[in-house]
Amino acid sequence: MGASQSARTEHEFQDLADRTGFSLEQIGNLNKRFRQLSKNEETLSRQDLASISALDNNPLRAQIINAFFDKRNLRQNEAGTVQVIGFEEFLMVMSHFRPAAMHITEEEREKLRREKLRFVFNMHDTDSDGTITLEEYRRAVEELLSKAGTIGQETAKAIADAAMLEVASTTRGKMEPDEFYEGITFENFLQILKTFDIETRMHVRFLNMDTATMRCGK
Amino acid sequence: MSVRVALHSPTGSRSFLERGLLLLVMLIFLEGTVLTLGAASSPDISAQDNTGGGHDRRDDHRGIAGSHEQTNYTYTKKAFPVLSLDYHHIQVPFEISLWVLLASLMKLGFHLIPRLSGIVPESCLLIVVGLLVGGLIKLAGEEVPPVLDSNLFFLCLLPPIILDAGYFLPIRPFMENIGTILMFAVVGTLWNAFFVGGLLYAVCQIEGTYLSQVELLPCLLFGSIISAVDPVAVLAVFEEIHINELLHILVFGESLLNDAVTVVLYHLFEEYSGAGEVTPMDVVLGVICFLIVSLGGIAVGAIYGILAAFTSRFTSHTRVIEPLFVFVYSYMAYLSAEMFHLSGIMALIACGAVMRPYVEANISHKSHTTVKYFLKMWSSVSETLIFIFLGVATVAGPHAWNWTFVSVTVILCLVSRVIGVVGLTFIINKFRIVKLTTKDQFIVAYGGLRGAIAFSLGYLLNKDHFPMRTMFLTAIITEIFFTVFVQGMTIKPLVDLLAVKKKQEAKRSINEEIHTQFLDHLLTGIEDICGHYGHHHWKDKLNRFNKKYIKKCLIAGERYKEPQLIAFYHKMEFKQAIELVESGGGVKLPSAMPSQVSMQNIQPKKLPPAVAERALPQFTKGREEEIRKILRSNLQKTRQRLRSYNRHTLVADPFEDGWNDFLLKKQRMIELEKKMTEMSNYLTVPAAPPDSPTMCRARLASGDDFKAEKAGAKVIPDPNAFYNIKASSEGVPTIQVDLASPQSPDSVNMLNEFSKRGAKDQGLGQREVATRDEDQGLMMKPSSAGKEEKGEEEGGNKNPGLMRCLSDPGPSNEDEEDEPFLP
Repeated sequence: MGASQSARTEHEFQDLADRTGFSLEQIGNLNKRFRQLSKNEETLSRQDLASISALDNNPLRAQIINAFFDKRNLRQNEAGTVQVIGFEEFLMVMSHFRPAAMHITEEEREKLRREKLRFVFNMHDTDSDGTITLEEYRRAVEELLSKAGTIGQETAKAIADAAMLEVASTTRGKMEPDEFYEGITFENFLQILKTFDIETRMHVRFLNMDTATMRCGK
Repeated sequence: MSVRVALHSPTGSRSFLERGLLLLVMLIFLEGTVLTLGAASSPDISAQDNTGGGHDRRDDHRGIAGSHEQTNYTYTKKAFPVLSLDYHHIQVPFEISLWVLLASLMKLGFHLIPRLSGIVPESCLLIVVGLLVGGLIKLAGEEVPPVLDSNLFFLCLLPPIILDAGYFLPIRPFMENIGTILMFAVVGTLWNAFFVGGLLYAVCQIEGTYLSQVELLPCLLFGSIISAVDPVAVLAVFEEIHINELLHILVFGESLLNDAVTVVLYHLFEEYSGAGEVTPMDVVLGVICFLIVSLGGIAVGAIYGILAAFTSRFTSHTRVIEPLFVFVYSYMAYLSAEMFHLSGIMALIACGAVMRPYVEANISHKSHTTVKYFLKMWSSVSETLIFIFLGVATVAGPHAWNWTFVSVTVILCLVSRVIGVVGLTFIINKFRIVKLTTKDQFIVAYGGLRGAIAFSLGYLLNKDHFPMRTMFLTAIITEIFFTVFVQGMTIKPLVDLLAVKKKQEAKRSINEEIHTQFLDHLLTGIEDICGHYGHHHWKDKLNRFNKKYIKKCLIAGERYKEPQLIAFYHKMEFKQAIELVESGGGVKLPSAMPSQVSMQNIQPKKLPPAVAERALPQFTKGREEEIRKILRSNLQKTRQRLRSYNRHTLVADPFEDGWNDFLLKKQRMIELEKKMTEMSNYLTVPAAPPDSPTMCRARLASGDDFKAEKAGAKVIPDPNAFYNIKASSEGVPTIQVDLASPQSPDSVNMLNEFSKRGAKDQGLGQREVATRDEDQGLMMKPSSAGKEEKGEEEGGNKNPGLMRCLSDPGPSNEDEEDEPFLP
């Protein structure tokens, strides 16, 4: 790499760091990983992510991969999916998993919380219509239990039903028998996971240093 | 301890018995009334007198011999004694019981005075009680028994508390913060010990005169005793202030894990204080010793834990002794660890934490409840006794009050704690993702309470090696009192003042559980994409290993396959079933339960009938038994309810005052019915592989799932105050438990029989509950209330309002079942 190129990258990284909140080292590390995954291409495709062998055992494999190509997670307010993502988009998705800073105000905390929950919500809301329907919820739970064999598959529906009942009863209160609860909206979602400290739980430790462990995983 | 003393010195005097009886009468009398401190503590004096007296006359062996002779003499001389008194025969257990009774009554008393317990922590009150009891014994002129004897404390009182803590240790937050906890427990305790010990020595040298005799090693020993945060005290105070989980686990985890450090330092300094010189070699040995003590303790605990789990695999036929294994194995783990001077506390914690997930999967629901209650009971009685004994021991012990030493100790403890916590947090925060704020640091530092472990360790010191033992004990007691009283009492207002985040009182909802699992996998996935093996990755690996090999070995039956989420769901189902049964369907269920929304509200309007097929669950024997129990007791409730209609057998139910009120009754029935509808929705449990015909299976299908979308189980209170059933029989929710194998023809016959019976019942127009023998299954068919009255009005509609039958279900049978009811 020439000096000019690295200077350009440096500048780009600084720009990305400002927008995503990652440190330059973290971006450097993630960029390395990105290139490793994309086989030195500028863009990353679904196949690249699907080829990560460590993901094979993950029951949420498909959902996680989808999340990377979901436009809603790319900080664009439109629905739909993209076929390939660049490094910037990759970082955007990753930035949802940044830990909270040490000193943040209540509003910032709330904002962070909403962002993180929105990410999870989007993963459930597969048709991007703003509600998680029973069908979608069932599928989500089924996926979650997909490694548990037949028991898991059978129970998944029951669990999703119970969870849905819970949502309906906590958010709607009393319902007449002929009323219909169409699905979980994002507001409902916030409400039911009120006590779930997602802002402190949904984070990954992004490495600051370039360590040998960066090499594994593929 | 009084008991032990009493064992050695039974003396003969009848007044003891009289006093004992008097005491008992007084205690019984007091039980009913609100106990004031003074009143409650007074009866115990006589017990103390007994022991004290016994202690006094330890050497009076001739007295016993004499009394024995006398008895023999009277036996030969007089007629056969119809009634004779032999208090000493029962003295030891009797006095133990008295102490336990006192402790329990105290606990009872405090909770009768809510205002008091709101201000002062229970631990403080108990110490005060102990002080009063001890003071009264002293006033009575008897010698106060050495109640807080180290043997008694370490072998009897401490284990239940630690086991309770270990068994119910919240593994998840504990493991997530293990680094921080270890840092505080190991480095923090070491720092405290050396800081306090070293500075105390310096102060003693400066002070001169009396204190200058104190050498460095005893000072360090004292420092190591006094520096350890005490789990008993921490638990007692932190349970009351409901601090958030993170802080709780930090302080509590520290108090548990610092045991190894304390044990090693204690033995090390005790050893060398005789020898004098400490070489670098000794320091190295000390470090190795620490590793052995802590890891050895954990290993011993883990071995016993696995043994317990393995044993519980085979207890399905002797359920009654199941809970015992938990206690015995853990106690043996503790004793085995103590035998090698390993950390008994760590062994207990490891044992409890290791066995719990497997044991819970193996033992029955009832056994689990038993374990839970026994642990809670023992630990709370132990805790109460420990605090009372602390008070008594304070009065009892010889004291050597030295202003300088005591005040310097207290100040140094505070200072070292604050410096230690702040310094360590500074380092830890560099590695933590969720940083510890200043508030958190303050609470961690302030919550470092000292307690009875320190006292007992001090008590163990040999008087010959440590001439300062009395002064040490006094200082330890003062420090304990300072932390428990001053810090313990002020921590609650401070927590409020600082607005430290409190623990949310919510019980875990299924949505949260789903998302906990979801997040685990999500984060593991993201880590894998990031390409570095982080915490989540290893946790995932461990879980996989656990599922693949360990669970298979340790969990009986098919349940080892059950993922956590499903296990949680089952637990929730059970809880709800039990709540429903306990509430009798009449009392309002907790609002968090989806009691107001039923399945039809969330189901898409047209549901493929295949949904009905989903519930083909399989139960282990125990589970099936439990379901039966639940249903049976529910049945009984319903029966009671039904019987009360003919006024001959009026069931006294404190919850339902207007029992005779017809209107009320009807409303309750409606509620019950609604709840049963939900229940049936909830009680859909998964199928298991069909290839185990020996397993009985239960099917809990909700009738309304597939047919009642429109009709629903609509039960609308009639304005005429009559119970009006509009639902067709398709809309009737059914819980069906097939207790035989699916191929069994019995069930079908049973069903037919039941159907006929149901038809007959309708002819009679009476409510009726059909019960079958448990072996074949249970059926229950409460038909609508007030059928007799309704009969004329609703001539055509003869459907039973509710039918819950336990028989072989299936779509084909559904029709069969319906036939007799359709006109």
